[in-house]
Amino acid sequence: MKAYDLIVIGGGLVGGAIAWGAARQGASVALLDEGDVAYRAARGNFGLVWVQSKGAGMPPYAHWSRRSSEVWPQLAAALLQATELDVALRQPGGLHFCLNDAELEARAEMIQRMHNESGGSGTRMVGRAEMKAMVPAIGDGVVGASYCPIDGHANPLKLLRALHAALLKLGGAYLPGRTVDAIAGGEGGGFTLQAGAERFACAKLVIAAGLGSRKLAPMVGLDMPVTPLRGQIIVTERMRPFLDYATHVVRQTDEGSVLLGDSQEDVGFDNGTTVPVMQDIAARNLVMFPGLKDANIVRVWGALRVMTPDGYPIYEQSRTHPGAFAATCHSGVTLAGAHALELAPAILAGALPSGFDVFSSRRFHVQAA
Amino acid sequence: MFRRLEDARADISFSFEGREVTARPGDSVAAALLAAGLRSFRATPVSGAPRAPWCMMGACFDCLVEIDGVASRQACMTQVAPGMRVRRQRGAKALESDPAAETAA
Repeated sequence: MKAYDLIVIGGGLVGGAIAWGAARQGASVALLDEGDVAYRAARGNFGLVWVQSKGAGMPPYAHWSRRSSEVWPQLAAALLQATELDVALRQPGGLHFCLNDAELEARAEMIQRMHNESGGSGTRMVGRAEMKAMVPAIGDGVVGASYCPIDGHANPLKLLRALHAALLKLGGAYLPGRTVDAIAGGEGGGFTLQAGAERFACAKLVIAAGLGSRKLAPMVGLDMPVTPLRGQIIVTERMRPFLDYATHVVRQTDEGSVLLGDSQEDVGFDNGTTVPVMQDIAARNLVMFPGLKDANIVRVWGALRVMTPDGYPIYEQSRTHPGAFAATCHSGVTLAGAHALELAPAILAGALPSGFDVFSSRRFHVQAA
Repeated sequence: MFRRLEDARADISFSFEGREVTARPGDSVAAALLAAGLRSFRATPVSGAPRAPWCMMGACFDCLVEIDGVASRQACMTQVAPGMRVRRQRGAKALESDPAAETAA
């Protein structure tokens, strides 16, 4: 039976970042990935490094997102150096567009509230004229925006590939096609994992299996009550650059493709696409960028976000099985920097970063008074 | 490179980059241009490399050309019409310009 310092269950962006981050510390690491039967949120991602609205109502999440945005350039540079893969990180700032005065007012209140709760991320409201100067192609139906200077975007598929490649370069194991069936606590600490006919042993364990975590977590005394929330994405042909900024609904990639999205549907484990939702996405984006009306659509897909009951991440070490950790969020790109460079070393050292108690799933178990 | 199997009359006239090209009724733009010996239909958006049709059935988007002023048309899916003006697709299509933006500029 092969034994590792750390096994990460889940080969997506959360698991990949933690596995590579740990391997960089010199740990022997195996990354167990399921197969194409898994829902693979990392392969349907929009690609935002998004800070401005993350953690409203939960300052530690706001600070963690901000921290990740700060260290993201180090992540991109380290991956480029290790793998020669450019994950196309750009951090020109991000805009959240408002389509009427009520939206603008609500947004301004939310940004002010976050500022009061969590301190300054530099986010401010921009009026029509300033926004038009920033994004000349913006439609007349957009009345203003909130702008956060530390928002950005990256290519999520290149990020996933680079994390896997960098892990392999450090001697880590990427093991696809492994569905973990059972986890047992070993004698004197450590864990044994059963995946089909194979068994693996490790000193520490991270469950970062997205929607699959729900079933795995109880095997080591953890609780990860995650549920799917579908998003549909439309991709156009490559267009000449017209939008450098990250936005919550539309993103132009480094190579010119335009991604349109931001739909949210509670439809269970159905990652398909539907015409009415895509019509809504297209109509909304035409208000923001009327010039997209003749852009050819080349791809569409649906993917399932991994959502906790309150939308905030879960990070937790098991009380009954010390050394077993849970990590889940729906911000695998945004948080990749912090996951690789700060969370992974902390987990290897045996404890979550200080102040992470608030991310425990115990927050969902408050007893009635 | 390509040769027509049948020697029917090519009696439709259209233009490619301002040069007259003849085609047979029913030809797609891609078929007519290949039969006329054209090798490069477009330059790619990222590297500017030349491209020609590959699948000839609407799937690969490698045959993009500008037809009568409309960018990024699939040459293999568009039937030739007399007088059609076809140009190479150079790089990515520009965003359709917003009249308001032009007025403001």
